[in-house]
Amino acid sequence: MLQPLMKHKSPLNKLDMNIKHYEDLKGIIKIYLPEDVTIDDIELTSHLTQELNINSANLVDIVLDVEDHFDITIEDDEIEKMETVQSAIAIIESKVIAN
Amino acid sequence: MKHRVVITGMGVCAPNGIGLEDFSNAIFSGKSGVRFHQKLADLNFGCQIAGKPEIPEGMLDRYFTSLQLRDLQSSGIEYGMIAGVDAWRDAGLEPTEKDTVDYNSGIVFGVSLLGAEKFRSAIYLTDEGKVKRLGSTSVVQTMASGISAYLGGYLGCGNQVTTNSSACTTGLESVLMGYERVRNGDAIRMLVGSCNDSGPYIWGGFDAMRVLTKKYNDAPEAGSRPMQEDANGFVPGSGAGALVLETLESAKARGAKIYAEVLGGAVNSGGQRKGGTMTAPNSEAVQRCIQTAVKNSNVSPQQIDTINGHLTSTGMCPTEIKNWSKALGLKGDDFPYINSLKSMTGHCLAASGSIETVATILELTYNKVFGNINGSNIHPDIIDIVNLNKIPPKTIDFPVTIAAKASFGFGDVNCCMLFKKM
Repeated sequence: MLQPLMKHKSPLNKLDMNIKHYEDLKGIIKIYLPEDVTIDDIELTSHLTQELNINSANLVDIVLDVEDHFDITIEDDEIEKMETVQSAIAIIESKVIAN
Repeated sequence: MKHRVVITGMGVCAPNGIGLEDFSNAIFSGKSGVRFHQKLADLNFGCQIAGKPEIPEGMLDRYFTSLQLRDLQSSGIEYGMIAGVDAWRDAGLEPTEKDTVDYNSGIVFGVSLLGAEKFRSAIYLTDEGKVKRLGSTSVVQTMASGISAYLGGYLGCGNQVTTNSSACTTGLESVLMGYERVRNGDAIRMLVGSCNDSGPYIWGGFDAMRVLTKKYNDAPEAGSRPMQEDANGFVPGSGAGALVLETLESAKARGAKIYAEVLGGAVNSGGQRKGGTMTAPNSEAVQRCIQTAVKNSNVSPQQIDTINGHLTSTGMCPTEIKNWSKALGLKGDDFPYINSLKSMTGHCLAASGSIETVATILELTYNKVFGNINGSNIHPDIIDIVNLNKIPPKTIDFPVTIAAKASFGFGDVNCCMLFKKM
């Protein structure tokens, strides 16, 4: 489980963490990719269902994995906004920082 | 035009053998798959022995994606996929390409109930107010048609894809349903079969009914004793069996190996009247079912070489033998050979009919009648009807041409099918 961000940490650490969030999210998404999409195809701007071709039914599973991994809670209206990798990270960041 | 229907592929996931090779070695050598299960003892079951397929580590990777395996808690789907996919490949068939649908091929794959472990997890989460935590597969792992849906997606079948359910008749009924569809020209081939979950939530209800044996917890392999005088309850089982049924034309055109022809069958119910109840058969209906199956198959009773009975190892075995004898008009030395796979597997419930049909077809294939293990103490009421040499305790070589299989289930439902070597 990732430690919540400490208030005294510098912007550099925050950037490191951003990359870590990205890598962690990629690790979570990986298992939901169809056979013809690999982890290397994941980019910050990738659309989860339209570009990475993730089955939309699995979005709820990705949310559960994200909640467990980052120790956060994601609301239903936020799930609707998680269309791309980037938007998912934005929601994760706002939650982890809020913690 | 009615089509002739043949069996071109088989798969099996049984307590005493997974895959056709292991399973045929097991049934002809008399290998039992009944074992003691500590979990049943821990949960205070009267019957602590059961038949459960032992799936080797890593085997499921051949049948499921890593994503599907991740939270798979449905043993019935595991068994059913192993048997179903194996049968398809045994028939020389492959899953379709990504954007190709095989509209000529369908599935009837039966269950009693499915995904009990998954359902248990879902119930706990729901009661804790955590319904969101159920994830995306609670429905597909617990819906009855989950197994046909998993198989249909793997294989790319575009004909009817469905699940039947008729308690312990389920497996054989699926064969009849698929046969009728192919025979009527509605499909060129049908994958048929059935599966049954394992575990305490499946078997508990039977333990509570006191229909399971409690006397063999320290001698599991001796516990399932169909037709024996000292039979005192069945041994619960689980697993899956599957067969590919196909028009004779299609099988010939693609040069497929043909195990046997499906001659015909019948299904009925005793209406829970005239001695029939929720849990006991109306003998008149059983006899009618057998007679109709023989008539639909255009054979005479004398032509039947061997019967693979329902014969569960309860007090009902002599009644079943009487029903066969009356229905066929045969007794003594004229009675066909008769055996029960349940002596080796326990009663695999919804999966029993399909697993036992695979065993029957193997008898036709190898010209053998498998022996009834634990078969040295035949009930005297059975000996009055059938000559002892027709109930072999060990496998015998015999040129089996026509074999009959019957299954009977709770709800007073019956099914009987006849098969012939090509």
